Amino acid sequence: MPSKKNHVTATINGQSVEFLCEARQSLLEVLRDTLRLTGAKEGCNNGNCGACTVIMNGVPVLACLVLAVEAEGATLTTVEGIADQGHLHPLQECFLEGAALQCGVCTPGFLVTAKALLDKHPNPSEHEIRFNLANNLCRCTGYDKIVKSVQEAAKELAAK
Amino acid sequence: MKDFRYAAPASIAEAAKLLAGANGSARILAGGTDILVQLREGMKDADLVVDVKRIPELAELTYSPQKGLRLGASVPCYGIYEHPELAKAYGALVDAARIVGGWQIQSRASVGGNLCNSSPAADTIPPLIAHHAYADIVGPGGHRNVAIENFCTGPGKNVLQPGELVAAIVFPPVLPHSGSAYERFIPRNEMDIAVVGAASKVQLAKTLDKIEFARVSVGAVAPTPKFCQEASEWLAGKPLSEETYAQAGELAKKVASPITDMRGTIEYRVHLVGVLVKRTLTAAVARARQNA
Repeated sequence: MPSKKNHVTATINGQSVEFLCEARQSLLEVLRDTLRLTGAKEGCNNGNCGACTVIMNGVPVLACLVLAVEAEGATLTTVEGIADQGHLHPLQECFLEGAALQCGVCTPGFLVTAKALLDKHPNPSEHEIRFNLANNLCRCTGYDKIVKSVQEAAKELAAK
Repeated sequence: MKDFRYAAPASIAEAAKLLAGANGSARILAGGTDILVQLREGMKDADLVVDVKRIPELAELTYSPQKGLRLGASVPCYGIYEHPELAKAYGALVDAARIVGGWQIQSRASVGGNLCNSSPAADTIPPLIAHHAYADIVGPGGHRNVAIENFCTGPGKNVLQPGELVAAIVFPPVLPHSGSAYERFIPRNEMDIAVVGAASKVQLAKTLDKIEFARVSVGAVAPTPKFCQEASEWLAGKPLSEETYAQAGELAKKVASPITDMRGTIEYRVHLVGVLVKRTLTAAVARARQNA
């Protein structure tokens, strides 16, 4: 049964945004195809890989497993909203310096989940980092460089 | 994904009306971590998706040591493990909420949804059974309560009739000297489906030297999560010893009728029931002593 388009208002990366969507459209589809925020990646599109992670109302979620209509009234942060006025976030700097990426498809998801983690636990243990990043898959790096880069970023943020 | 209509009612009455008017072609959306995958992959169909997260009664978690816990059906897993008091009273539930999927799944997935999805391997259902919880179901005929061990009727199947929804899961208050634990076996560290899961809850005698009352439950070893009645009843009055826990594990194996699949063979799963019941009883007793 076709439905009329739904009107949604949300705050994305600090700006109030309005969009129209079909009920069946995922938040990921709308972010990428309607709003042209292509940072969140479509990896598996079934909740396994974490490449589409965004922060919704303070918690990390998989944009492929959220309907865009559910975002009505929500506050969202995508990877595009992590840098501050052209200055990379310490996580982004540390990922670059620590070579925590190769192909880069998983990177936006890792950055967003790691940002949510450091916002909540500024000084996580290695175990906490690995446990909280378990819903983000990387097939290139073997994870060690990602974990080390998150640890480095935590140190930099603590020194600020 | 095939298109559907979407509604986000603000009350149970409104939700019930929508469900009743949909002639069974409506699906309930809480965290969406199962239903959106099932709709996208064509495993399920919907003309109408009813988002229940804006219904206050379903989004609320209320707890007091005297009255127990009322867990709204759409409360996400992280709302459970971040609650400051629940770990002491409902350890097995908190253990399970922490390991359902990964963090992003726990941000959305609810225990009510996990129950209604009715997977034989659902992590949160054995804890609900061990905690002696019941589902508060609302439908055209009003409210009815169903004990969790009677809720699931087969893989992906349960007692809900068209037009009904689970409003909340209700847990009795926990008496002193009690503790509980959930563990699952998976071949990875995180993010996997249970090969076997087990939850145990114990209430110790005031003297702290024997079990007064216990409830044991296992998952992924039958078409539905199972209450281990014989093992639970046998545990009453038994001393706190490795032998007691091992014997309860042997008795718990009687309810296991698993299948062989890519996650494990029948023999392996039955063996794991013994191992995990023993481990969770050991952990539950240790927590009960701490809580005393």
